[in-house]
Amino acid sequence: MASPAIELRGVTKRFATPKGGIYTALRDLTMEVAPAEFCAVVGPTGCGKSTTLALISGLEQASAGEVRVEGSPVKGIADGIGYVFQSDAVFPWKTTLENVAAGPRYHGVAGAEARVRARDWIARVGLSGFEDRYPHQLSGGMRKRVGLAQSLINGPRILLMDEPFSALDVQTRTLMENELLALWSSTSASVVFVTHDLEEAIALADRVVLLTAGPGTVKGTFEVDLPRPRNVAEIRFQPRFAQIYEAIWNQLRDEVLVSYERQKHAAAI
Amino acid sequence: MSSNRDAGEGNPQLIDADLKARRSRTARRRRLTIYGLRLVFAVLWLGSWEVMTRLNWVDPFFVGQPSGIAQRLWTWITDGTALGPLWLQAAITMEEAVLGFVIGSVLGIVFGILLGRIELLAEVLSPFIRAANAIPRVVLGSLFAIMFGVVSVWGKAWTAVVLVFFVVFFNAFQGVREVDRNLVANARILGADNRRLTTEIIVPSALSWILASLHISFGLAIVGAVVGELFGATGGLGQLIYNAGHTFDVNGVFAGMFLLAVLALIAEGVISAIEKRLIKWRPSRVSGEIPI
Repeated sequence: MASPAIELRGVTKRFATPKGGIYTALRDLTMEVAPAEFCAVVGPTGCGKSTTLALISGLEQASAGEVRVEGSPVKGIADGIGYVFQSDAVFPWKTTLENVAAGPRYHGVAGAEARVRARDWIARVGLSGFEDRYPHQLSGGMRKRVGLAQSLINGPRILLMDEPFSALDVQTRTLMENELLALWSSTSASVVFVTHDLEEAIALADRVVLLTAGPGTVKGTFEVDLPRPRNVAEIRFQPRFAQIYEAIWNQLRDEVLVSYERQKHAAAI
Repeated sequence: MSSNRDAGEGNPQLIDADLKARRSRTARRRRLTIYGLRLVFAVLWLGSWEVMTRLNWVDPFFVGQPSGIAQRLWTWITDGTALGPLWLQAAITMEEAVLGFVIGSVLGIVFGILLGRIELLAEVLSPFIRAANAIPRVVLGSLFAIMFGVVSVWGKAWTAVVLVFFVVFFNAFQGVREVDRNLVANARILGADNRRLTTEIIVPSALSWILASLHISFGLAIVGAVVGELFGATGGLGQLIYNAGHTFDVNGVFAGMFLLAVLALIAEGVISAIEKRLIKWRPSRVSGEIPI
């Protein structure tokens, strides 16, 4: 077997809280993502899902343990990584074209060449004709497309996605999920897709990693052996989908309850 | 089916055009009302002032009189002032204010961004900056008058600079600090180096804050220029006002203030126009909202 694209070994991440305490987001987390694998990470609120992505991207450093991407330890932000954020992270003062062209330009590609490549990606995410619009003139789904094109234009070998579609309405969301699968299948990128939505995780991924309530660690890993290409809107009706869903949900339920109890407790204090 | 719906059936463009026309009519009517009310306010204000001084309820010697102010303005325009032609006085004050405004803003923006980006620098310098901000800096005008002499515009310009600098500085600094962390993270992942991060993310993001401060600071630049002229000058509207005060010419003081207000309004218009050009990416006002 080829060496994993992403490896986390015994990773712990602690943050200093403003009140002087220490908050442990991840505890002794170990997981792997194979090359070209689509891996979904699910877990209850506040289980450190986003922190996992921050560690892989190099935006944050692990407090203990080891994070390796393509075999070498992560030290700061490396090339070949794409990151799609939960909230809008496209630049509001740049047009669609400028937003998508930003990545190549930051990598030293000349302006004209960067624009040509940007137009190509804008067409691929279905935004032709909107090149000169500013983000505030686009809908939420369109802004997400800009964000996707912005990340994918750099040709990432690792694509990290942090609940990218959680702010979209259900129809737009299904549409975007299908488009993501189509775009991904034309690349060989390994994907880590963080979500709290189990249905979304199963519909998209090859494998689902379930995290415990915070501090997060791996509770279980589930293979999703549904055939590809998939249609996200219809795959939910397959009996196999329901089986996998039930298997994961049985374990997720406990964690959700723990997390909920804790939140109630915290609110009561 | 309602009659409304029937009327437009088959021709939605007509309804659209009709709605648009109706909306622009409403907007126009509203604009006229506002201008009308402004006129009423001005007439009431100046009228009551004029009447009270005419009837000698209050002494025009101390509070002036609108007709007297208008007369004074007219003499200044036609015969010139004691210091020379009126336009020259206005030009002198504007030159001082604009110089102070430009230098103060540039310094404020540069230092604000520098300190916003370099944490150590901000922590080391913050007590000094706070102290400097707390003292009444206009008194520095007397120092500048000694340094540059009464004839030079630079003494007044630097008095304006010390007023403008801090407002712009604090806004630029805060603007840099308030940059959306997601945007910074995104730019870094996309491959932006520190220079790109500053020019393409930090500065555009802080621009709204900086531009907001420029509106306030042009007023302050005029204050600086006028105060600077009080410490010694051979011309300018501040000096004109100062002279009028010394000769008990209250109408002259008000006339000078009126001219300063006109200049400030013109400058405000210019700054607004620049602002509109610079941040055209910002969502335009919702149609229901009325600008003040």
